[in-house]
Amino acid sequence: MSAMRGFVVKEFHHILRDRQTLLILLLLPLAQVLLFGFALRTDIEGVRLVVVDPRPDASTLELRDRFGATGLFRIVGIEATPAGLAPRFQAGAADQAVVFEPGFGEKLAHEGRAQVMVITDATDPNTGSAMQAYASAVIQRYEQEIGARGGRRGVRIVPEARMRFNPTLESVNLFVPGLIALVLTIVSALMSAISLSREKERGTLEVLLVSPLRPWEIIAGKVLPYLALGFANVLTVLGAAWFVFHVPFRGSVLLLLGESLLFIVTCLSLGVVIAAVTSSQRTAMIGALMGLMMPTTVLGGMIFPIESMPAWLQPVTNVVPGKWFILISRGIMLKGVGLAELWQETLILAAMMAVLLVAAVKAFRIRLG
Amino acid sequence: MRTLRFLLRKEFLQIRRDPAIMRMLVAMPLVQLLLLGNAATFQIRSSRMYVVDEDHTPASRGLVTRLAASGRFEITDASPSMALANRALLDRDVSSILHVPPRFERDLVRDGVAPVQLVFNAEDGAAAGIRRTYATRIIAAYAAELSAELRPPPGETDAPVRGAARIDVRARGWFNPDLDYQAYMVPGILVLLVTMVATALGSMNIVREKELGTLEQLNVTPVTRAEFIASKLIPFWVIGLAVLAFGLTIARLAFDIPMRGSLALVFLAAAVYLLVALGIGLWISTIVETQQQAMFVTFAINMVYMLMSGLFTPILSMPRWAQWIAQLSPVKHFIVLMRAVLVKGAGFSAVLVPLAVLAVYAAVVLTLAVRQYSKRTA
Repeated sequence: MSAMRGFVVKEFHHILRDRQTLLILLLLPLAQVLLFGFALRTDIEGVRLVVVDPRPDASTLELRDRFGATGLFRIVGIEATPAGLAPRFQAGAADQAVVFEPGFGEKLAHEGRAQVMVITDATDPNTGSAMQAYASAVIQRYEQEIGARGGRRGVRIVPEARMRFNPTLESVNLFVPGLIALVLTIVSALMSAISLSREKERGTLEVLLVSPLRPWEIIAGKVLPYLALGFANVLTVLGAAWFVFHVPFRGSVLLLLGESLLFIVTCLSLGVVIAAVTSSQRTAMIGALMGLMMPTTVLGGMIFPIESMPAWLQPVTNVVPGKWFILISRGIMLKGVGLAELWQETLILAAMMAVLLVAAVKAFRIRLG
Repeated sequence: MRTLRFLLRKEFLQIRRDPAIMRMLVAMPLVQLLLLGNAATFQIRSSRMYVVDEDHTPASRGLVTRLAASGRFEITDASPSMALANRALLDRDVSSILHVPPRFERDLVRDGVAPVQLVFNAEDGAAAGIRRTYATRIIAAYAAELSAELRPPPGETDAPVRGAARIDVRARGWFNPDLDYQAYMVPGILVLLVTMVATALGSMNIVREKELGTLEQLNVTPVTRAEFIASKLIPFWVIGLAVLAFGLTIARLAFDIPMRGSLALVFLAAAVYLLVALGIGLWISTIVETQQQAMFVTFAINMVYMLMSGLFTPILSMPRWAQWIAQLSPVKHFIVLMRAVLVKGAGFSAVLVPLAVLAVYAAVVLTLAVRQYSKRTA
């Protein structure tokens, strides 16, 4: 056991000696959570609207004002014909167009029926359908109001919608837990992968392997110091979530810290496995980075809801450790649930950690032989 | 020119000798493309809904039927208890609740107004917002339908029904009328995957020779700076273009993405773009001292590429200062260009701006890389 202690102390020295790298490891995750926490938004505003109004009248002018007044739309052009729309859309200079039929107001007053076309750039389906819905809502509200002015009688059902767990649909509340999972995954896996593969490349790992230390001791010694560093990262990024982004912490902070620790150990072990199966620093690092970055972002449920994915793909997302941590951290932060609700996710994460640790130890035993 | 040819032969030999590089450069982007292309979707599937109907009247049942018939909501459970419904929402068994209060129909008939309550699980923000829009629209349509039934126009007392004005809204989604996510996402994901690997390989390339000491050997030969950078750039540039071409073929076959514009234009842009992406990698490589540092810089840059290029979340939604950072990302300009050409069928003049930006970036980045390298040799 004293050999083990000496080994851990040596590892700590390695990390503390390289001030520059240490600083990067401590500041990079925080900087990234801050930067992307502000940048990742899906709220739609500033829709660039072109109005095509062949014969302006009181009604079309009023509707135009309605669009301007929402604050959501910015009218970037008023045209008499729809001819110039296509090039504008292609060049990305407009997002949406409202096309009134000629004599819109007249028809509305006399025939009680008028037509307006809403053209949306649907290249991005999500933004496209949202813009479409907003524009239709503006027109419908106007329709209802002139209906009321005309004394139409009818019934109204007033839906009162509540957004549970995230009442204002704040993008920040959704993205920040995911972002934390992503950054912690990569930084942790990279740290342990680099530290092992460097010893491998320099040949110092062989020295360790012939020492009386057993493989699991080597791995534990490698992982322990980074666990401390990783936990420091957890504290800074959660601090940013709390103080800068004001993400609610409805559940137990202590539980969240414990789960974070579990998650970091899982990711560190993943890094060890990556280092064990690759032959050089370069492949280990690129493998860790490329193998984790996009899959964690896309398959982890950070941006795209997992239930939207095709049925065959949904089970695949289960192997992404980040997915489970996102479920846990959103559960604790936004829903305020505890271990009673999260034991399944926790158990899966723990099982993952166990499998990865065993795989890591195995991989090193093979090298020894 | 002769020197460059020899250097290129050396670089290609080195790449061929290391099977791991080819695996990462070719297999990883293509495999991930197939997986992630299917995953990157906001497609709103039908939402599981819990119904708490405390009214039990034809009017309330009609409302539930309309919601279920729309295909947007699937009624999976019903009970008179709001507590049970909340529990189901918490456990993610359902994603929405409809609560019809008692006296719903009576209020409608007597006052013409009645409330209902909708609760959504907003953990998945965007989806919840869109579901709310769906539900509101269905309920409004149902109310219009009920108007005729419950409160018929009071015949002769009123003047002829004026102002029963209707505005027909014709909605058109241009370029992507089926709201197909893959048409939108797959080209962007492909670009990003190729870029990430290219940047990483480039950034580790020169610094690796530095670490191994072989760089000094090259420095004492008559190889010029430009020749040296070109020899590092060209092999990955060729492979990168090939992977992009192969990936586009897969995208066409597996995801059926549209190709409305000119493919030649896409490849012209890709040729310029890869110069920028690889140039940035090489520039990093000339600055840093160890592969580890190169990796952290690459990590930071790739995160910006991935999260701030308008691939997953719209750039227009970002705060102003972040939009400026996004402008700096070459990935952003190339994705804009690719989407415009492939999905919208834009021609040369419509994409002139992003193309020009990429060309300027290429010139700047390559100059920086060559000059930075020269400082080291001095």
